Amino acid sequence: MSDVAIQVRDVTKKYDNRVILDAIGLDVQEAETLVILGGSGSGKSTLLRLMIGNIIPDAGTILSLGKDLCAMTPRQLADYRRSIGVLFQSGALFNSMTVFDNVALPIREHTDVPEETISIMVKIKLELVGLRQHADKMPSELSGGMKKRAGLARALALDPKVLFYDEPSAGLDPVTSAEIDQLIIDLNEKLGVTTVVVTHEMDSAFRIADRMVLLDRGKFIVSGSPDEMRNSKDPLVRQFVHGLTEGPLTDRRRAGGYESDLLAEDI
Amino acid sequence: MNLITRPFILIGDAVIQWLELIGGAGYLFVDAARSVHVALFGKRGRRLGWDSLWAQMVRVGVRSIPIVSLVVFCIGAILAFQMAPILRDYGALERVADIIAVAMFRELGPIMSAIVLTGFAGASIAAEIGTMVVSEEIEALEAQAISPIRFLVVPRILSTTAMMVCLAVIGDIMGVTGGMLVSRGFLGIGMLQYVHHTFDNIKMQDFITGLVKAGCFGTIISTLACHLGLGVTGGAQGVGVATTRTVVLTIVALILVDLMFTGVFYFLGW
Ligand SMILES: Nc1ncnc2c1ncn2[C@@H]1O[C@H](COP(=O)(O)OP(=O)(O)O)[C@@H](O)[C@H]1O
Ligand SMILES: [Mg+2]
Repeated sequence: MSDVAIQVRDVTKKYDNRVILDAIGLDVQEAETLVILGGSGSGKSTLLRLMIGNIIPDAGTILSLGKDLCAMTPRQLADYRRSIGVLFQSGALFNSMTVFDNVALPIREHTDVPEETISIMVKIKLELVGLRQHADKMPSELSGGMKKRAGLARALALDPKVLFYDEPSAGLDPVTSAEIDQLIIDLNEKLGVTTVVVTHEMDSAFRIADRMVLLDRGKFIVSGSPDEMRNSKDPLVRQFVHGLTEGPLTDRRRAGGYESDLLAEDI
Repeated sequence: MNLITRPFILIGDAVIQWLELIGGAGYLFVDAARSVHVALFGKRGRRLGWDSLWAQMVRVGVRSIPIVSLVVFCIGAILAFQMAPILRDYGALERVADIIAVAMFRELGPIMSAIVLTGFAGASIAAEIGTMVVSEEIEALEAQAISPIRFLVVPRILSTTAMMVCLAVIGDIMGVTGGMLVSRGFLGIGMLQYVHHTFDNIKMQDFITGLVKAGCFGTIISTLACHLGLGVTGGAQGVGVATTRTVVLTIVALILVDLMFTGVFYFLGW
């Protein structure tokens, strides 16, 4: 059971000639939990968007669940998206609908099951994330943690094979954040879904990861188990993992050409 | 940029911006038109449902009825006052009714209602969709293989277009009423006489061309608002910028399209 679920090969992505991802490669094993670490603006969300087919790379290929994301017809892309689930950074619930309708939406859209069955399916998903009592609330009535749970229930609606999480603990208090982490672990174990988590929170990353990779300036620096990361001698990894104020990351910022910035004529 | 090239560059920029706007909105409109049949007659889970369309119409349109009524009523009254001295000189004071009827049905009813609706519906659609972009809701729809165009744009275009036609009819009636009350109260023209003149001179064509225009205005308002809303970048501030741009650009676009229509109708002899 160690087939590759997602293969990223030499993928480059630019925005306005700024290279965000630089010929990166990555394998996600089936049923594992892979954590992609990186500072803000390092391109984590961009990588995630590439893997769910919302944007296409400027170079390279992405094979996900055996299909080439860059060479898909719109119909194939739609089929692919039905087999994945995504939890966005803010939960991305539809604010005009109740929690129930949010979760029911993909089921109504993509299946022909009758409304009574949908109701049961939705309740099962809400129970999985511990929100069954809140089915009739509007998203604006939910706390941050509950919004993420509801978003997760919606991502689970069509029984995805791969689950993507963008910063699942961003903006949450430590306890809620730990609860969400536990949920991620449980879902991965109970449902056997391949899990890809993008985050910069180290505590959370070490709790959930089977394997981690560190993204920096558009490249992967290291990849390894949580223990390997923790004990790494690489100064950059050490600074990131332990949150040190001295190291290559801060040196780089300090050496960021302050002088030439001040004297620049044009910005 | 020196003093000579500057105006050309500014004009060029403006032209490019408008071409981009027309291209983008046109593209969106074609996409929406392609998925209308799924939205209306597709399978149960994908269909919009008449109640949700109706809800959109109420949300967008009903709130603007009082303002449309007030604005067009006043325009009718103003026209009556302004035309009166000239027509009296020609000894044809009672023809105030004819002028107001034609002006209202062909022109002022639709365009004034459209401008008011731009403030109500255009701004709220752009803000709503822009907020959805910022909160990743649009991306979430795409990630679930649900077309944002079918799901969000189509119902807004349909309901705004339908509502705009209704508003134009209301505007027509209110405008004529405004003229009538002024004529009755200050110009000494009887109600019955006024109504007779209105119906003697108004042709079905005047009414229909007005409504056709109104329908197009509704489509323009909603398509531009959706297009600019979907193009939001840069967080909450971007939503504000898009909302303002929507109102300004839509009003300009409405007037230009109105001019085009009127020219075409004139040369066709309608
Ligand atoms: N649509 C876009 N257009 C232009 N630049 C973008 C766009 N999306 C992201 N970027 C840029 O790409 C970089 C990486 O963004 P992102 O992937 O969101 O980073 P992260 O999620 O790691 O914080 C940022 O510098 C951001 O400004
Ligand atoms: Mg991000």
